[in-house]
Amino acid sequence: MFVLDVDFFDYEDEEDDERGKFTMKFAHLIWCNLRRKKLRTSLTLLSIVVAFILFGFLSAIQQALVGGVALAGTDRLIVREKVSIINLLPLSYEARIERIPGVDFATHQTWFGGIYQEPRNFFMQNPVEPEKFLKIHPEIILPPDQEKAWLATRTGAVVGRRTADRFGWKIGDRVPLKSPIWSDRRSWEFDIVGIYDGRDKGTDTTPMFFRYDYFDESREWGKGQIGWYTIRIKDPSQAAEVAKRVDAEFENSPAETRTEPEGAFIQGWASQIGNIVLIVAAILGMVFFTILLVTGNTMAQAVRERTGELGVLKAIGFTNGQVVALVLAESCLLTVLGGVIGLGLARAITSVVAQNLAGLLPLFFLPTRALFIGLGFSIALGLITGIFPALMAMRLRVADALRRM
Amino acid sequence: MSNKQPTDGTLVRVENVEKVFHRGSEDIHVLADLSLQVPAGEFLALMGPSGSGKTTLLNLIGGLDRPTKGSVSIAGERIDQLAGHSLAAWRARHVGFVFQLYNLMPVLTAERNVELPLLLTHLSRAERQKHVDTALAVVGLSHRAKHYPRTLSGGEQQRVGIARGIVTDPTLLLCDEPTGDLDRKAGDEILDLLQALNREHGKTIIMVTHDPHASARAARTLHLDKGQLSDGELK
Repeated sequence: MFVLDVDFFDYEDEEDDERGKFTMKFAHLIWCNLRRKKLRTSLTLLSIVVAFILFGFLSAIQQALVGGVALAGTDRLIVREKVSIINLLPLSYEARIERIPGVDFATHQTWFGGIYQEPRNFFMQNPVEPEKFLKIHPEIILPPDQEKAWLATRTGAVVGRRTADRFGWKIGDRVPLKSPIWSDRRSWEFDIVGIYDGRDKGTDTTPMFFRYDYFDESREWGKGQIGWYTIRIKDPSQAAEVAKRVDAEFENSPAETRTEPEGAFIQGWASQIGNIVLIVAAILGMVFFTILLVTGNTMAQAVRERTGELGVLKAIGFTNGQVVALVLAESCLLTVLGGVIGLGLARAITSVVAQNLAGLLPLFFLPTRALFIGLGFSIALGLITGIFPALMAMRLRVADALRRM
Repeated sequence: MSNKQPTDGTLVRVENVEKVFHRGSEDIHVLADLSLQVPAGEFLALMGPSGSGKTTLLNLIGGLDRPTKGSVSIAGERIDQLAGHSLAAWRARHVGFVFQLYNLMPVLTAERNVELPLLLTHLSRAERQKHVDTALAVVGLSHRAKHYPRTLSGGEQQRVGIARGIVTDPTLLLCDEPTGDLDRKAGDEILDLLQALNREHGKTIIMVTHDPHASARAARTLHLDKGQLSDGELK
């Protein structure tokens, strides 16, 4: 007698502890099915890869333009001149702002617009009040001895790690900058007394900061004026009220103000280009819709071609649920594979591009969050494109399917 | 509640079965008040012209379709009352299918095709491989285990199909025109194999064929015409 001791799954047992192993058993079948039409699968995979490279690239651009919004301090407000940020505000506002209820303290920055050797070496440099500046920006990590040196050196400047690495600057170097805004005739000399790092990956470490007193003494015009104030407020939930009070304080003065949370301020900068989030969402929406059609068509074709084989699987005991799972697993494998390759390439490409855009777009990088979102997209894409072919496979009557073999 | 009934040595019991297909507004009566009993261990051939309902009857016995009326019991179990998961599970445990066009997965090797029904079991990979090796040895194809279907002859592909049908050691082997796509020599080899499975391994086999040469190998032949059976002789 031909006897094989075969122990089958209990189909009614939802808690079957063999379920994990069961899924693994089908990996070979799923993989082989995917490789059935190599050219078609490769082309579909390629289109998914390209879509995810684009996703990664646009995510990096979005990060570069509005990424600072997420890192903006919720307890910080920016006060600028009401009409335009290029109009200056009196330094005397600082003391008045600090007297407003709800304000902890205020400090200021001014756009220096310096050029190091040639204009393409762009990076931001701003004069600040070192103590208050470091206090209000805890995301800037400067060793205490370097902070001390900064306070002791009138021409001292601290520079972010990225710019220091870019130009090979080290502590003790003397750096000359020209500023067409503040003086056409002279070159400004700065002593690098500190190199700071960012607390978070998204912290911009390209700017250079130097002392306001050195700047104010040396500039040819605008003395006693600054670019904008940064305020630390006592209670972030009172931000809107404090902002109103600040603007009310300077209403009808020669330099009226516009006060807004730091996040909104950064968003405002990015909005000069356009609604970045909307643009990115629109492009990605079109790309993924196209990919949805391409992958959906591939999967529908794949299932139609295999109607007979699916009938055989059902005949030998595969349940409808298992057939659905097989088709969904195949479509998900295709999209996740494309997603992982695409995101990996996007990461590599954005790293290279980031090095060349360090000055213009210091926050240009593919954030980890975007990688996870991309991975989620790839799974969702697999489920959406696979569900209709899977349902088609599920509804097949075995006897009918076998006739189509 | 169990739907098991006493069997009295009868493995397949088909009683007063009717099968009606609906094509638009038209009703097509394929089987009409058909009854059939197959004892365990029998090799039965079902013959009849095209459209006589042979494959439909085989599908009912194999749990691939359900009768419009009547009952189908296998080993005392009313399979016409099973549905969904239960019916799929029953098929996995009790029936092996052999198809006219072999119906192998072209992307899998012979041994991986044979392994397919075992993927539904608790067996480990090593145990599955052992069963696959045994089934391939029974059909005489151990040396072609790693070959893909496209590199096998029609006869060899059908042997793989038979190995897939017996690898779970089913109660019943259902063959739908197993030699219909083969030349005489390869067909004879397949019939030899089926006969051996019946005689040496005790498998109950129901084979649909329209080839008298094939039906001659069976212990009993029944003729089906216009959805009704006429008794054949026991050899």
